[in-house]
Amino acid sequence: MEHVNIFIKAIFIENMIFAYFLGMCSYLAISKTVKSAVGLGLAVIFVLLISVPVCYMLENYVLKVGALQWLSSDFATIDLSFLSFIMYIATIASIVQLLEMIVEKYAPALYTTLGIFLPLIAVNCSILGGSLFMKEREYATIGEAAVFGLGSGVGWFLAIVALSAIREKLRYSNIPGPLRGLGITFILTGLMAIAFMSFMGISL
Amino acid sequence: MSTEIATPIKPKEPKEGLFSPKNKRLLYDPLNDTNPITVQVLGICSALAVTVKMKPSIVMALAVIVVCAFSNVIISFLRNSIPNRIRIIVQLTVVATMVILVDQFLKAFVFDVSKQLSVFVGLIITNCIIMGRLEAFAMANKPWPSFLDGIGNGFGYGIILVIVSMIRELLGSGELMGFRIIPESFYKMGYFDNSFFIMPPMALIIVGIIIWVQRSRNRKLIESK
Repeated sequence: MEHVNIFIKAIFIENMIFAYFLGMCSYLAISKTVKSAVGLGLAVIFVLLISVPVCYMLENYVLKVGALQWLSSDFATIDLSFLSFIMYIATIASIVQLLEMIVEKYAPALYTTLGIFLPLIAVNCSILGGSLFMKEREYATIGEAAVFGLGSGVGWFLAIVALSAIREKLRYSNIPGPLRGLGITFILTGLMAIAFMSFMGISL
Repeated sequence: MSTEIATPIKPKEPKEGLFSPKNKRLLYDPLNDTNPITVQVLGICSALAVTVKMKPSIVMALAVIVVCAFSNVIISFLRNSIPNRIRIIVQLTVVATMVILVDQFLKAFVFDVSKQLSVFVGLIITNCIIMGRLEAFAMANKPWPSFLDGIGNGFGYGIILVIVSMIRELLGSGELMGFRIIPESFYKMGYFDNSFFIMPPMALIIVGIIIWVQRSRNRKLIESK
């Protein structure tokens, strides 16, 4: 049950985009058409699902105070948590690189769909943000961390697909010049975020 | 690392003043014409999340200026010895090191602000302004122009942060920098803080309006249909 709660919470209540604004840059830049939005969204789900549990293991078996105890009891007081940023980002960058190679080899169709989005994901804040939130919230098991990663990814996917659908329709409307493009997209995202705020009161 | 030694010797270019007109433009342009947030669409995530109050936004802006300027300089020094294939990892490592320094500094001297910023200091690493400037400028330019470019873009980012947070704090809680601006007597007459301004969506709408105002004053920025 706990897993379902974390999943729902990560999608709706703590949505990466509407509650924390993570991954905004690619969200605004690649939401012009639904097709590319779906591609990027899938890639983000993929990477979050893998990187959050890996960072969880890193945190709990290498970086935390006393995490190195499994090596020898001499390391019980070592605290490497100040290294977490650099470790996480190195992990994420290499996972993305690895994933790119694997997808290219075994699923060429998917690779052509995702195209240039895969390498771009290394610098998508929602990925590093997912790992940092995982650290802050101290999930109990690796399963919970994985579910959190999956949920955040799905939430991001929903947000970018919804926005790109609206933007495709928006092309036919008459928007004042200075507001065209970026300005109206910001205001749209704001309105969507207001809609998502209605989930805020729910506690799971 | 012995990077300077590895750099091939190039023919000397004509000397340029430290603050020549070209260098000055690097400093001023990002404030308006090439503003990182409203024109280049970089670094939006953190800009929106930390702007509820002015104090954290100013700290955040300073942190980004420092990280952006110094990682630009470091990458610019290393630019000729970075293999092209792994450049993203090299860049991320440099930026992450700078961010760790800033994070430890904030924790040591302004702990309450660093608590408020929570994960967003860490997210400076993936702040697209920094990566974007490294890719677009520092990889191709000398250290001093890169330094100015980093400072300029940091300020361009900071200025939007301060404007947004000023509006949000003033209308959302009637204070600026923690000092009360709207007097008590107003509240007795029935004035209410608009708590909607503290909510995240309002930041997006304010940035949207800032873009609107900027583009109607600076019409060459208007996007074609």
